[in-house]
Amino acid sequence: MSDNPASAYDMSHVEEDEERRTLAVIVDNEPGVLGRVVGLFSARGYNIESLTVAEVDRDRHRSRITIVTAGTAHTLEQIEAQLLRLVPVASVTDITRSKRGIERELALIKVAGEGEKRVEALRIAEIFRARVIDTTNKSFIFELTGASDKIDQFCALMDPLGLVEVSRTGVLSIKRGAEKG
Amino acid sequence: MEMQTKPKAKTDTDQMTGAEIVITALKEQGVEVMFGYPGGAVLPIYDALFTEPSIRHVLVRHEQGAGHAAEGYARSTGNAGVALVTSGPGATNMVTPITDAMMDSIPMVVLTGQVPTHLIGTDAFQECDTVGITRCCAKHNYLVTDVDELARTIHEAFLIATTGRPGPVVIDIPKDIQFATGTYVGKDGIHKATYKPQTDPDPQAIKRAVELMKHAKRPVFYTGGGVINSGPEASESLRKLQKLTGFPVTSTLMGLGAFPASHEDWLGMLGMHGSYEANNAMHDCDLMICVGARFDDRVTGRIDAFSPGSKKIHIDIDPSSINKVIRADVPVIADSGNALDAMIKAWGKAKPKDISDWKAQISGWRARNCFAYAESENEIKPQYAIERLYELTKDRETYISTEVGQHQMWAAQHYHFEEPNRWMTSGGLGTMGYGLPAAVGIQAAHKDALVIDIAGEASVQMVLQEVSTAVQHKLPIKVFILNNEWMGMVRQWQELLHGERYSHSYSESLPDFVKLAEAYGALGLVCDDPKELDGKIQEMIDYDGPVIFDCRVTKAENCLPMIPSGAAHNDMILSEITGDEIDEAGRKLV
Ligand SMILES: Cc1ncc(C[n+]2csc(CCOP(=O)(O)OP(=O)(O)O)c2C)c(N)n1
Ligand SMILES: [Mg+2]
Repeated sequence: MSDNPASAYDMSHVEEDEERRTLAVIVDNEPGVLGRVVGLFSARGYNIESLTVAEVDRDRHRSRITIVTAGTAHTLEQIEAQLLRLVPVASVTDITRSKRGIERELALIKVAGEGEKRVEALRIAEIFRARVIDTTNKSFIFELTGASDKIDQFCALMDPLGLVEVSRTGVLSIKRGAEKG
Repeated sequence: MEMQTKPKAKTDTDQMTGAEIVITALKEQGVEVMFGYPGGAVLPIYDALFTEPSIRHVLVRHEQGAGHAAEGYARSTGNAGVALVTSGPGATNMVTPITDAMMDSIPMVVLTGQVPTHLIGTDAFQECDTVGITRCCAKHNYLVTDVDELARTIHEAFLIATTGRPGPVVIDIPKDIQFATGTYVGKDGIHKATYKPQTDPDPQAIKRAVELMKHAKRPVFYTGGGVINSGPEASESLRKLQKLTGFPVTSTLMGLGAFPASHEDWLGMLGMHGSYEANNAMHDCDLMICVGARFDDRVTGRIDAFSPGSKKIHIDIDPSSINKVIRADVPVIADSGNALDAMIKAWGKAKPKDISDWKAQISGWRARNCFAYAESENEIKPQYAIERLYELTKDRETYISTEVGQHQMWAAQHYHFEEPNRWMTSGGLGTMGYGLPAAVGIQAAHKDALVIDIAGEASVQMVLQEVSTAVQHKLPIKVFILNNEWMGMVRQWQELLHGERYSHSYSESLPDFVKLAEAYGALGLVCDDPKELDGKIQEMIDYDGPVIFDCRVTKAENCLPMIPSGAAHNDMILSEITGDEIDEAGRKLV
């Protein structure tokens, strides 16, 4: 008999390890397409950790959506299959699993402080090759591109030095080499 | 939609109003019947329909009725069902049928009116975000904002609804677009670059599948609604392949009729209320050939105990069905008919392995006679009622729809189908209220056929008003209610799983169904005596018009066998009655 006889559903559930993935989704840029993609994730209980979207091929009206998600191997396989079920989705590429994948993020980071802390912030920014794009007597705004963990690291170092706020684009991705897709 | 240059008008006759474009496109798509309900936001389309002789419009009494009627029409003909409703409440009333069609992969095109473009977003009278509401319950949807895109959109909607894994497509048409003049384009050459369902199987996968089949010792075909959706030829192919291999066949609720129930290798339906032999065969097989089914939780029971010793071939047109619930050893992404044909070819003249031991084991399970029940002289047992209905209607062109509950499962167990497209039921969503309007849709498609909704007294009250539709349109549907005065399926779960605490499941204050029928202008019949049942059923069949039949059955009968949720296939609750307890005389009665 059942583990949970008072239920109309099988309530047994196995916890499995989750992995993080970056997916590049090429879609027809038609009204509501982003809603379809995001709606799919919420309807089926998938995670979205970051999402970017912009038109990338004006003539063919194609947009590229980069999604960072996390799930079990089984869930990740389903996410790809379910995305491909959406009528305006042309292709889904797993950037993380592709050896040729490159991921980048852009962040704007505001840090306020005086004296030693200010000097230290500038020194670290140099090491990270962050650009100063605004400055006042008490603050800097840094512009930094790189892999997400590099930005995380930079923010962590800025935290004790007067980190005020962070704005990030979310992950962009592309594959190395001459070919498309 | 693909960006394309605007189509140029070829002749003056390509120029017409949006409303005329709708009608012209439907005609070009071969639509003969549609189901609908008017309102402010679709009046221009209704106006164009007023003088249109070639499309029959069946006016329903509630938009949900239009949706399920379109589903019944679609499921019984294989063509897309079409529904036309107004904005706001018209559209929201369609949400249940749209979701139902999505779950059961029924091709349907729903046209909804919308407030004029310039009023969208202002909370205008009868405005609702139809594309937003239906985005997650339709296969695809559109809001048309350019009259020149209207014809293309309608043709594309039919393409998407009817190809690949079929499903409902919604087209939301603002009222100003219906009035505006634009260019009509025909359906030829309409395609959608991002939409490419894979219909032909990978030959390598077929080879591997057939190799497994040639060596299987305990094989079973597990077939589903996908075989029905693929068209009658797919059912033919299934029968051919079965004949070549001699393998036993079971099917899901949605797949009944693809394989003839009279065949000696037919195991009956599988799943929660499936047969003992089907579920045991699924559990003990060494090769499972799943054709157009999706391992639904009502079918698999407990996942980690599901058919532990078998290799699984999974044929499905929807790649997301593969490995969703159960890992497939050989996935075949294809239209099920094409895959079956390829398997027949690959099988060639091969001799099947001797599987007589397996068949003997199946005979042993079959001898358990799992659908047997305690008969009664004074009460109509619900199973008996279905058996008699079957005996008295099986030689006619009969179509069966159902509501949802015990009666639905008893119908699946005790009514037997020889042909595809004869059985219409709400499987995935389990929508009470589906069967009556579905019968309206089926009858609209098959004028001279006998169309019966096997109903429960609770379910039938959900979309009951469609009896009026049947009367108006001279659709002689028969509503055969197994009236047990309970939401029987709920009562059964409460009895078995909730300590007999019957919370709000008694059908209190039931209407007098005979008077109700008469009030609608239909015929009402009632029967509570097994001896009179045959005569009354015959009266129902012979009556030339809609009938509501109040069949008073045993009140507290449980639907068995039953696999409780979360239990394994070989862990069924069986009826204490086995066939052996019924004597010869008794058996003749059935
Ligand atoms: C719209 C809807 N609401 C609720 C349910 C839950 N439900 C499933 S079966 C059932 C009882 C059906 O009773 P009845 O139509 O009398 O059929 P019976 O089981 O007695 O044959 C209910 C309430 C449902 N399936 N659909
Ligand atoms: Mg009932």
